[in-house]
Amino acid sequence: MDRFRFVLYRPLQLLPVLLGISIITFVLIRSIPGDPARLLLGTKSTPEAIARIRAQFGLDEPLWVQYLYFLKNLFNGEMGTSILYRIDVVRLIGERIGPTLSLVLGSVILAIAIAVPLATAAARNRGSLIDHTIRIISTAGLGFPAFWLGIMLIILFSVKFDMFPVSGYGDGFADRLHHMVLPCLTVALALSAVLTRNLRASMIAELSSDHATAARARGLPEGMVFWRHVLPNSLVPTINLLAVNIGWLIGGTVVVETVFSLPGMGQLLVRGIFTRDYMVVQGVAMAFACAAVLINFLADILTAAADPRVKI
Amino acid sequence: MKAGSISLAMPVRLPVPLILGLCIIGGAVILALFAPFIAPYDPILQDTTNTLKPPSRAHPFGTDNFGRDVFSRVIWGTRVDLQMGLIGVLFPFIIGNTIGAISGYVGGIVDTIFMRIVDIVLAFPFLVLMLAIIAILGPGIGSFYIAMALVGWVSYARLIRAQTLVLKHSDFVTAARSLGFSHGRIMFRHIVPNALVASIVFSMSDVVLVILSGAAVSYLGLGVQPPTAEWGIMIAEGQNFITTAWWITTFPGLAIVALAFGFSMMADGLGELLGVRE
Repeated sequence: MDRFRFVLYRPLQLLPVLLGISIITFVLIRSIPGDPARLLLGTKSTPEAIARIRAQFGLDEPLWVQYLYFLKNLFNGEMGTSILYRIDVVRLIGERIGPTLSLVLGSVILAIAIAVPLATAAARNRGSLIDHTIRIISTAGLGFPAFWLGIMLIILFSVKFDMFPVSGYGDGFADRLHHMVLPCLTVALALSAVLTRNLRASMIAELSSDHATAARARGLPEGMVFWRHVLPNSLVPTINLLAVNIGWLIGGTVVVETVFSLPGMGQLLVRGIFTRDYMVVQGVAMAFACAAVLINFLADILTAAADPRVKI
Repeated sequence: MKAGSISLAMPVRLPVPLILGLCIIGGAVILALFAPFIAPYDPILQDTTNTLKPPSRAHPFGTDNFGRDVFSRVIWGTRVDLQMGLIGVLFPFIIGNTIGAISGYVGGIVDTIFMRIVDIVLAFPFLVLMLAIIAILGPGIGSFYIAMALVGWVSYARLIRAQTLVLKHSDFVTAARSLGFSHGRIMFRHIVPNALVASIVFSMSDVVLVILSGAAVSYLGLGVQPPTAEWGIMIAEGQNFITTAWWITTFPGLAIVALAFGFSMMADGLGELLGVRE
């Protein structure tokens, strides 16, 4: 039970980070020149409404009091109204979370499906031509711009072979799946470059570890040693690697959603910047940051569950 | 690598990735410096009689929808993207290393405050925080540099702080202290030069990230503005013509891949040479 005590303890450590995130977004949005009440209301800014918002957010009070009001509104689930869409930002994010979530999940699954065989081939044939080729490809892969890769996939699979749609989200489950293949593949290819390099390194370390040698000494065939002992142990650091890279992954989805015109949170953010829809920018940035913190927290729990030696 | 394994009597064998990286980066620098002499056409000159032409002997990379020569634009783009990568790394490098070294050396409450700030900035997805800052400053290359500086310093601060914490208790620092040297002198003349090696190696792989971010921000229309020949913009402009003219998007992308590969190789080779593992 001892090692799970942090499940109760860790969330308390998250609090300062979450508070910090709210302070940064608050400061960012307050650095915009102009009246925040007008910004918050957008086109609905009648003098009475402005007066009401000024009272609600305490805009005549000192800055730190305003921050407390901001926090209070946040706890009540109020993040202002979008100027462009004229609905509550929280509701707007709720409507757009689907495509982003499926893009992240889909690309993580695909990336693992690509990286595990490649890393296995490289680690088990260390120093061979296969290993060098995979290393060069994954190093080059680190420098592939996701937006360009997406367009190249569109040219190949949509324009030349007409296998997948060029853009959009589709209707119904099967159609959506069909629409999500290329965007997921785009992010997955970029992600698998990072994964392959790290997975290969941890597999090589595991292959020469004592427990693998012990398994070989017991007469286990090499294949069994690999699948039963080496692979599960090398996957543990990979969970953490995925969590550490979640910020990068979210950045990737922002760009890829734009490439494929997917109606997700990333597209919402980019449109928000162009239309100066600051409440949307604030809301999406905060939602992304909180998601990243939460995922890192979950990864810590998963690592501890998978590896009894881990203590936090 | 063992200490002292590089001596003056022994010729240093440069790692292959380092040589490869240096060649690619050197080539890019030459293209950037001599773009006006190497590029066969004016990168922003429009030629409406010659639009969307596929690659040919006159136009090796074809022409775009304004009849501009894609080959010349890719060469001129080297200037912008290389500069974006280098300046985009310079400010985070200076700010991060200064803050990290001070934080690690001084310790105590200063260290705690700086490291909490680092944690919070790291909690934000990199590109999202950068886009939020650009949203407030307004689109443009200047905003990109400022956003980069505000977001990118944290990695360097973390890296050099860890090094400083180790070096702080090393014998040569104790010796310097017993000689009565000032804190400033110990920090910047004794600790920082030794701690900087890891930061320099990291900065090479950071250039890759910065170039990709800069191109992505420009692709989204929030960085370098048209009609400047920049690879990200060229890809964005070419996306409207993917069904008829694949060459407009393909070549600038390959240029990004090549330059990024050069810096990745440089980082790998430099790490190998200096015995730094990431």
